[in-house]
Amino acid sequence: MAEAQDAAVRSSRSAEVADVPVLELRDIHKSFGAVHALRGASLSLHRGQVTALVGENGAGKSTLVKTLAGLHQQDRGQVLLDGEEVSFRDPLHAREAGIAVIYQEPTMFPDLTVAENIFMGRQPLRSMRRIDRKSMRQQALELFEQLGVKIDPDRAAQGLSIADQQVVEIAKAISLDARVLIMDEPTAALSGIEVNRLFAVTRTLQAQGAAVLFISHRFEEVFALADWITVMRDGAHVATAPAAELTVDGVIRQMVGRDVASLFPKQETQIGPTALEVKGLSRKGVFSDISFTVKEGEIVGLSGLVGAGRSEVARAVFGIDKYDSGEVLVRNEPLKSLSPRASMAAGVAFVPEDRRKQGLVMELNVSRNLTLTLRRKLSRFGLLTSMAEAQATKEWAKKLQIKAGSPVSPISTLSGGNQQKVVLGKWLATGPRVLIIDEPTRGIDVGTKAEVHRLISELAGTGLAVLMISSELPEILGMSDRVLVMHEGRITAELSRSDATEESVMTAATGVDPKTKETTA
Amino acid sequence: MLVETAPPAEETSRAPRFGFLRSWDTAIIVALLASIVVASLTVTGFASPRNIGFLLIDVIPILLLALPMTYIILTGEIDLSVASIAGFVSCVFGALWNAGMPMETIIPLCIVLGIVSGAFNGFLVSVVGLPSLAVTIGTLALYRGLAFVVLGDQAVTSFPRAITTGLQAKIGATGIPGWILPVILLVIIFGVVLHFTGFGRSLFAIGYSVDAARFSGIGVARTKFWLFVISGAIAAVVGVWWTLRYGSARGDNATGLELSVIAAVLLGGVSIFGGKGTLPGVIAGVGLLAILRNALQLASVPEDTLSMLTGGLLILAVVAPNAITWARSVSRKASTT
Repeated sequence: MAEAQDAAVRSSRSAEVADVPVLELRDIHKSFGAVHALRGASLSLHRGQVTALVGENGAGKSTLVKTLAGLHQQDRGQVLLDGEEVSFRDPLHAREAGIAVIYQEPTMFPDLTVAENIFMGRQPLRSMRRIDRKSMRQQALELFEQLGVKIDPDRAAQGLSIADQQVVEIAKAISLDARVLIMDEPTAALSGIEVNRLFAVTRTLQAQGAAVLFISHRFEEVFALADWITVMRDGAHVATAPAAELTVDGVIRQMVGRDVASLFPKQETQIGPTALEVKGLSRKGVFSDISFTVKEGEIVGLSGLVGAGRSEVARAVFGIDKYDSGEVLVRNEPLKSLSPRASMAAGVAFVPEDRRKQGLVMELNVSRNLTLTLRRKLSRFGLLTSMAEAQATKEWAKKLQIKAGSPVSPISTLSGGNQQKVVLGKWLATGPRVLIIDEPTRGIDVGTKAEVHRLISELAGTGLAVLMISSELPEILGMSDRVLVMHEGRITAELSRSDATEESVMTAATGVDPKTKETTA
Repeated sequence: MLVETAPPAEETSRAPRFGFLRSWDTAIIVALLASIVVASLTVTGFASPRNIGFLLIDVIPILLLALPMTYIILTGEIDLSVASIAGFVSCVFGALWNAGMPMETIIPLCIVLGIVSGAFNGFLVSVVGLPSLAVTIGTLALYRGLAFVVLGDQAVTSFPRAITTGLQAKIGATGIPGWILPVILLVIIFGVVLHFTGFGRSLFAIGYSVDAARFSGIGVARTKFWLFVISGAIAAVVGVWWTLRYGSARGDNATGLELSVIAAVLLGGVSIFGGKGTLPGVIAGVGLLAILRNALQLASVPEDTLSMLTGGLLILAVVAPNAITWARSVSRKASTT
């Protein structure tokens, strides 16, 4: 009798299983002090399906992920695992429940091998509690084979590309029997090829029945990978629909709650004399014989795959890194010395690619960050006061429409887009002639992205020479007057705005000479 | 993007339980005032003009060395060699005096020696790129060794009494030594430079993020080099002061003083990891340490115990700010749930 009942329950449950999401969030609320980060967020992840979560920065995506990962506990709302309510006390608890999070930049033990990183804290053991290296290596190899990637398990984690590090993290997740894989903007720092490999790995996992949550700001990726798309706005769930039923424009409308007129408002500008000239710049093993010019009012896009040496060239031009030979001229004058100070004095501004590490001092407030480049300019009789700094900050916050609580708000409380505006502001305030901007819109939301693009375009309109490095082709194509393409440390193509197409840029970026159609050495 | 909607930081006006400790500066200044009151009431002779004179004169070397040390620790570096530079300079001072050179020539030479010693530290740290902890442990031993090379185990004591006692001249009947005035002026200069100039701003930026500082056009290596040079120069001043104040140039002058200096700086709220700290806090830290030592000496507590106290305070200075942050987060959690 009891057995029959049990069986009935079991069968009814197994019938449900197909429909019950592996993980479901219902009406999650979460506040931090006065900030209401989540106000009714919902999400469901199904076996063997990829769900993309999209929303502007500040929409609450990361907070939601952290709730899933057990880093935050929700104030209100339900988390259901296989239809049963759970509450993750801490990250370990979430991990035991089969939830793995792959972050944009994984943290690894650099001096340990790849295999050791995967099995950290749970190494297979031989007798007398010795680590069974052979079995560990074997298991790591099997994991990589399962994912269809080639990474040597014996190599040190140090020096692995971010893409490889993510794959190692995924392998670790599988070895932990993760059923839910959360990828928080995994592609932000990857090149095209690496993105494709990550997608292949993701599809393999999907085929094996994992539920995947994919967060990205790049719509082409979202539509290429996801089965479902969930849109969030202001901490709340807006819509969930099969990806096939949605369009990019429709998703953007739901994200911002309005129409975004144009992502790339390129203005026609008067192009003036040469502002920046780089002649035969070389650095052994990094880049060689780099020559180009940027004229006043011109936006020159520098494209290429990650690792092609684009940022390295920019860093050398600005005087951060040394170079072996070559010359940098600003308005026909060679730079006095190789240092950021000299470049700054000559009127060069540099917005670096890593906002959090290079662009900003995350521990300082908005005002101190914005005025860090203005230390001399704002001084009166050698003295610098918080009042002068606050005034300059207010002025630039208004010009760039930076949304910050106050000049003394910690910079970390600003959204990515607003942080990027602060970095832009701190350089624009120096009154530059040449602006080098590396990944101007990495990791910032679609609304702010358009604002940043408009801003760059307007600046070029006032005669500023802009060198823009970007991994996003639409950005390069939409913004540039001229496109330079780098491949393995060399400039392989220089294309006019009309000649630059996705195809012509990608051919040059992958090392195929567009004229001869043959691979350059 | 890990932080999208970061929790609002310290601004939230809640958790008044630890409100008075909101800033470590305030806490340390309160502790300083409290120790003055307690010592005046309980230790006989503490509040006498004679003792205050002693106290102020004794605090001068630590106070002087704490100024460049604050800058250096703020940028995330450390200079352990200051006391050895002072000792080295003291011996050279003695040797040159023995050789019959006039005081007006010796003192500038000594300052130059300190500058060169500091420049050597600075070169190894900022040009060669070695960690300052390792470099200055090395030069701590090196400069102390050179001190003994110069004078061996003998002492030069033949300094004119007019000068050695002149250093302790008091302002009228107040018991306050006159030489404290230029020191106070220097303290004010260091404070203003740190908190009200672009150079000061760059020190904080370097301490928090060397990368972001470099990308903002701050000459990080150059700045650090000059900090070590300044540190060496001030250490030389202390070496000269020490020699004349005690009327004796010896190889072991100022031995171990760096410990007291670093303890005072950290106690004053400067983060050992760089970036965080204020000069008023450091002055209070120096004062607190000096008053505790003085009061305990008056109460006939042995020197060993005082040394343990300095060490203990050093650890407290590193642990306490973290403990307070922790306690505050606990109390905040408790008040939200």
